[in-house]
Amino acid sequence: MLKFNRRQFLAAGASAAAFSTMGLAGARAQNGVDFSGETIEWWIPFSEGGGSDVWARFYAPFLSKHLPGQPNVVVRNVPGGGSITGTNEFVARAQPDGLALLGTSGSTQFPFLLGDSRVRYNYANLNPVLVTPTGGVVYIPASFGVSDASELGQLSEEELVYASQGATSLDLVPMLAFHVMGLNVRYVFGMTGRGDGRLAFERGEATIDYQTSSAYLTNVTPLVEAGDAVPLFSWGSLDGEGNIQRDPTFPDLPHFVEAYEMMHGEEPSGVAFDAYKSFFGSGFAAQKPAMLPEGTPQEIIDTYRQAFVDAVADPEMQEAKGDVLGEYTQAVGDDVEGLYRVATSIDPEARDWVRNYLSENYNVTLE
Amino acid sequence: MLDALFEAFMNLLTLGHMGFMALGVVLGLAVGILPGLGGIVGLSLLLPFIYGMDTTSALAMLIGLVAVIPTSDTFASVLMGIPGSTASQATVLDGFPLSKKGQAARALSAAFSASLLGGLLGAVILTGFVIIARPLILSFSSPELFALTVFGLSIVGVLSGGNLTKGLATAALGLVFGMIGAAPATGEYRMEFGTLYLMDGLPLVIIALGLFAVPEIVDLLRGQSSVAGTSKLGKGWIDGLKDTWTYKWLAVRCSTLGAAIGAIPGLGGSVVDWIAYGHVVQTSKDRSQFGKGDIRGVIAPESANNAKEGGGLVPTLLFGIPGSGSMAVFLAGLILLGVQPGPAMAGRNLDLTYTIIWSLALANVLGTVLCIVAAPGIARLTVIRYALVAPFMIMVISFAAFQATRSLYDLIALLVVGLIGIYMKRFGWPRPAFLIGFVLATQAERYLYQAVQFSGWAFLNRPIVLAILALTLISVWLGARKKADGSSGGVATEGASDLAQASHIWPQLLFGGLMIAVFAFTLTESLGLTMLGGVFPTSVGIIGILTTLVAMVPLALGKLDSTANFDTEATAREKDIRGGAWTVIAWLVGFIGLVALVGYFAGLLVFFVLFLRFVAQASWIRTLILTAIAAVFMMTLANALNLVMPAGLLQEFFNLPWPFR
Repeated sequence: MLKFNRRQFLAAGASAAAFSTMGLAGARAQNGVDFSGETIEWWIPFSEGGGSDVWARFYAPFLSKHLPGQPNVVVRNVPGGGSITGTNEFVARAQPDGLALLGTSGSTQFPFLLGDSRVRYNYANLNPVLVTPTGGVVYIPASFGVSDASELGQLSEEELVYASQGATSLDLVPMLAFHVMGLNVRYVFGMTGRGDGRLAFERGEATIDYQTSSAYLTNVTPLVEAGDAVPLFSWGSLDGEGNIQRDPTFPDLPHFVEAYEMMHGEEPSGVAFDAYKSFFGSGFAAQKPAMLPEGTPQEIIDTYRQAFVDAVADPEMQEAKGDVLGEYTQAVGDDVEGLYRVATSIDPEARDWVRNYLSENYNVTLE
Repeated sequence: MLDALFEAFMNLLTLGHMGFMALGVVLGLAVGILPGLGGIVGLSLLLPFIYGMDTTSALAMLIGLVAVIPTSDTFASVLMGIPGSTASQATVLDGFPLSKKGQAARALSAAFSASLLGGLLGAVILTGFVIIARPLILSFSSPELFALTVFGLSIVGVLSGGNLTKGLATAALGLVFGMIGAAPATGEYRMEFGTLYLMDGLPLVIIALGLFAVPEIVDLLRGQSSVAGTSKLGKGWIDGLKDTWTYKWLAVRCSTLGAAIGAIPGLGGSVVDWIAYGHVVQTSKDRSQFGKGDIRGVIAPESANNAKEGGGLVPTLLFGIPGSGSMAVFLAGLILLGVQPGPAMAGRNLDLTYTIIWSLALANVLGTVLCIVAAPGIARLTVIRYALVAPFMIMVISFAAFQATRSLYDLIALLVVGLIGIYMKRFGWPRPAFLIGFVLATQAERYLYQAVQFSGWAFLNRPIVLAILALTLISVWLGARKKADGSSGGVATEGASDLAQASHIWPQLLFGGLMIAVFAFTLTESLGLTMLGGVFPTSVGIIGILTTLVAMVPLALGKLDSTANFDTEATAREKDIRGGAWTVIAWLVGFIGLVALVGYFAGLLVFFVLFLRFVAQASWIRTLILTAIAAVFMMTLANALNLVMPAGLLQEFFNLPWPFR
């Protein structure tokens, strides 16, 4: 648990402020961007209290501290329409003056990747300045007698049950993963969050589930320790070149591709796997990008990128990040572009395959 | 457990902790007094400040705020007939009639003392319950949750007054409105007319304000008087305390009910007050005064809704599953503070859990004392000429409405639901039944589908399911049995039907026809859906058409003495404004039209000046002073919330300075 008292906080803040003022002088001399006395609105197309809201509220004070002129950074929630509404509104209204920033999540990227007609935003036109990854772990009940992914073949006769939030939600990633893996899974939709899914697992209704890293650590690890659940694999994370790596939070656990090899003895390939990779990148490895509007001058983009580099390097931020960011390396500076592209692009062939898969199996039609 | 409890009390009773808690309580009171601005707004006001505070102080502040909102929201419910938040909808039924009789102070102090009792009792129950809560909560899976929603829906029987079919039809209409948006089973969109706004469904706050606040504003303006009708206010706040003492066992029962239902994740606390209200009606011998100002109708929901907040902490802390919108923001605050909820909260971190539970109780005491102190002053609102109060009420409810998604559509939705509310009130279709249907629509459908998917139809044989369904039957029987004198057991929430029998029945037939049209539309919409997405709308549509038809048959046959015949416009009012309801509706439409043209802030100012001059006929000086007060108030709120108000056509073309932006 995070514990620091106010005096320590103020002292740390003061020294950090002094330090960053020195850094600022350099930045300002460089390109003349200065936000003194301004208020920066960080748009979040979700309501208060969700994961993206917490993420932006966590970053906001550090962004403020490291932007030249230390502007006031406020989070503006524009919920509705499954986050499409707020994002549409942002691209229609935000001025490219550096005073409006947009933060989205996998559930905003997915309709874009799927070609949903209600989407009015194009990620290719926005300017990314930060990408935050996340991860998760898939687990099953210990009662199956499967001790790791190599024994998953034993379950070919078994129908597993997954409690899902919906076929086009973030739960599309596990759906594609299980499909690629060849697991026989039945989906029960209508869960209101991953917490619901976990509850269904604990009650014995669901027989396969995943949780994001922090929820896994606090809520599933006790089940694993008690011998009730077995972790199979993590989703993994992506390096700068887009290769899937082990999740830094779970270095001892195989990632999805390793687990596939353990089960099938060869690497996964094919269009379904390509589709999986796109949605995995967008939903986990590069889940939350922060972007400036189309047409923002390069010096403002550079200023923001530098500010996020400084914010992430801030020891105070590293100390406070706790479960909000976890162990994941925040993509800042020059690392942003690569990861951002992974999160926001998809091969047309893979897209068609997913759309077809969804409409054939789950009656999801996207105009 | 005992040393954790002891440590919690040591934490709790430090000066710093108490100070921050008091701060949260005061802020919560300020926000809670404004109808529709529940805990979500208050908590998001606090979130930016909790950085850099130590965990206990920040927690104390957050909890202070959560605790006091179900207490302070009572002001709007009792004094203005506007549900202050989802927690005190049922309080309106008897609280507001008491205000109209000039007994606002009595109703308020009974409500506050019942709240206090509920809050404290809730904390006591939770202190023991939290240890054993995990397995109990896990024993409630989708079949049990479905049975509970059925139980919730059965309360409609009690609230249908003399005519059960009308109640059922209204509940079906509520279910239809609640089904707008994605189908839980398939994610298909239903009745959203291709709009993004309706994709996520209609927000509850808009339904509650539209159904209750708008019709009340219209009625009060037409009455051309003050809420209390007199300029004298009864003292009575000691009477209120005595009332709670008299009905202490009722309060104890309802608190237990509230804590228990609040602790079940997935049901949401939004029907707790109705269930408590249903309970008091079912268990009372003399039901004649319910809906007309029975103090028990205030004590029951108020003791339940405070205990519910404590109950809601259990799933939030133990499973990280928030039971309500305000709990979701509270959870976000916890995570920002580095507290990750999970099983450890009932083990290693038990002292923290106890600190939270007992802070809630302590904050309740503080909030109640402040409310009781403030009550006599605030109750004076009910003796002010309503035409002067109305523009402020319209400002506050429209502000609260657009908190939902912060768009102009929120205001339009408020107006549409308001119109429905006005006519439901006029023709005696019980609005609480609509609300219950609306709230439970998604849950009913989701849990039925999940129950069948997870366990097949055998889910009906599970012991807890059977117990809850048996309870439902008993409750329906208790509510519906006739009294010895032949009067019905239900509560006429819209007034007594024998006073409102009309000789012209075509307006009622027209309204019934419109309802059938809505149900028919639901049916046609469901045709285009898959079996799983369409089966629920189809059933509700058929039930809706049948019950509406049965309710309308006596009227169509010209049987004017039927309980279905109900039109409050049948008898001329003592006082009325020219044009009746339509005049007020026109003002509301005008206001929203103005907002669409020039944006919310400018529109509000123009509306204030015009309304105060022409409707309230205030002097220019008074008009300008009141408008200035409204402007300052709105700017302070918008600034504190960092809110951009809905923009109009003007803002499309010009980049105006804040607050006109």
